[in-house]
Amino acid sequence: MARIIAGVTSSHVPAIGAAIDNHRTNEPYWQRVFEGFERSKEWIAKAKPDVVIGVYNDHASAFSVEVIPTFALGTAAEFPPADEGWGPRPVPVVKGHTELASHIAQSVILDEFDLTLCNKMEVDHGLTVPLNLMFGSPKEWPCPVIPLAVNVVQYPPPTGHRCFMLGKAIKKAVESYPEDLKVVIFGTGGMSHQISGQRAGLINSKFDRAFLDNLTKDPKKLTRMPHLEYMREAGAEGVELVMWLIMRGALDDKVDEVYRFYTVPASNTAVGHIILENRIKGAKKSAARRAGAKPAAKGKKPGSKKPAPKLKRAASRQKVDRVRS
Amino acid sequence: MATTKTKIEKDYDDIPGTYVFDAERSRLGYHLNMFCMSLMKAENRKAFKANEEKYLDQFPLSPAQREAVLKRQYNRMLELGGNIYFTAKLGATDGHPFQHLAAVMTGSTQQDYADLMLRGGRSVEGNRSRTAKQETKSKASGSASRSKGKKRRG
Repeated sequence: MARIIAGVTSSHVPAIGAAIDNHRTNEPYWQRVFEGFERSKEWIAKAKPDVVIGVYNDHASAFSVEVIPTFALGTAAEFPPADEGWGPRPVPVVKGHTELASHIAQSVILDEFDLTLCNKMEVDHGLTVPLNLMFGSPKEWPCPVIPLAVNVVQYPPPTGHRCFMLGKAIKKAVESYPEDLKVVIFGTGGMSHQISGQRAGLINSKFDRAFLDNLTKDPKKLTRMPHLEYMREAGAEGVELVMWLIMRGALDDKVDEVYRFYTVPASNTAVGHIILENRIKGAKKSAARRAGAKPAAKGKKPGSKKPAPKLKRAASRQKVDRVRS
Repeated sequence: MATTKTKIEKDYDDIPGTYVFDAERSRLGYHLNMFCMSLMKAENRKAFKANEEKYLDQFPLSPAQREAVLKRQYNRMLELGGNIYFTAKLGATDGHPFQHLAAVMTGSTQQDYADLMLRGGRSVEGNRSRTAKQETKSKASGSASRSKGKKRRG
């Protein structure tokens, strides 16, 4: 059986992509952002997902104003990076997982979520920047990625509640897939930002922190937040945070927050990043499972010493929080 | 049926300095946004730069939209149905980083805008609603009212 082991949220600021593409990640301004993802890269290298479901929004790249699908699931075998006006980003082609994607499509639509299915779709920085932040800049992405594009460009985006329920339907779909696959789901975008009009530049760290807290502990509270509140408090474009609720809905009710990072600014935006793990049923300590049982079962270097003794999950919880002043 | 147009009031119209890109704006701005979208292709960017007026003739823009594009009035474009993710392509065609556009929209210089972001961004206090803004402004005896960047339009 396939299962979702964890959820990750990550900013997808285009300037982060530009900093990577132009080799400017060592500049102090950007270092601050990338440092926050160093531990996340270690985490995902260890978690080794077989598939990533990437919830993101397209920024007038694959979809213009001609067709505006609310939820568009990528069922293609591959998704080339889009030319966003400066030539396509020099990142690997995103390879899909056609079998799992079709299975999700079928299951979720029968669960009354009327998805748009894309057998041909280009993907922009919305999807590829989070892949960079989590996986670095490899020659090939380490696993297949199923893109789920959500309309947050034209108002109204789907409600937070609808997103959360779609997440639940995705969880059900994944768990009814027969192959033994570990899936990590990404919710991208946010946090507070407004990039349009005279109010551009708006940041609300208080809102963001409360959002991160609730995402872990009380996501249902967030599902009741109206769009007006997002836009008023977190900026007109901050409403894209509803996408995070798809990720959260796809996880169990109770999760462990294993890492959090928050910084202001990246370009015009507050960067929020969190890693939430599902608790493993029947396992006393997941850390023990990951550090010991798994490699032994694979027969890889049995008896080899563990690198550094891993702390218990609660103790290893990390929070990094910076606001430049 | 009478053809009287009903102006539907929207709760988000109360947010100051914000043009929510809803279905109505999307309809009004369709050709404006499709023009911006065309700038994703290098040959189109070249053609536009070579002769802006001629290039714009391909798109049935309203005179106001056309003027806003030619004058690079970014807030006006949003007001007339442009969407920021689309108008940003016009800025990119001009070779501007996004913060240049943000500076133009907020009536600031690019440096001042970048500094504002480094200080933690624009505070939400006093920026939640027009009504609250008015109250704050009258309390502060209109000290901020002359600032160009704070000017709000319908």
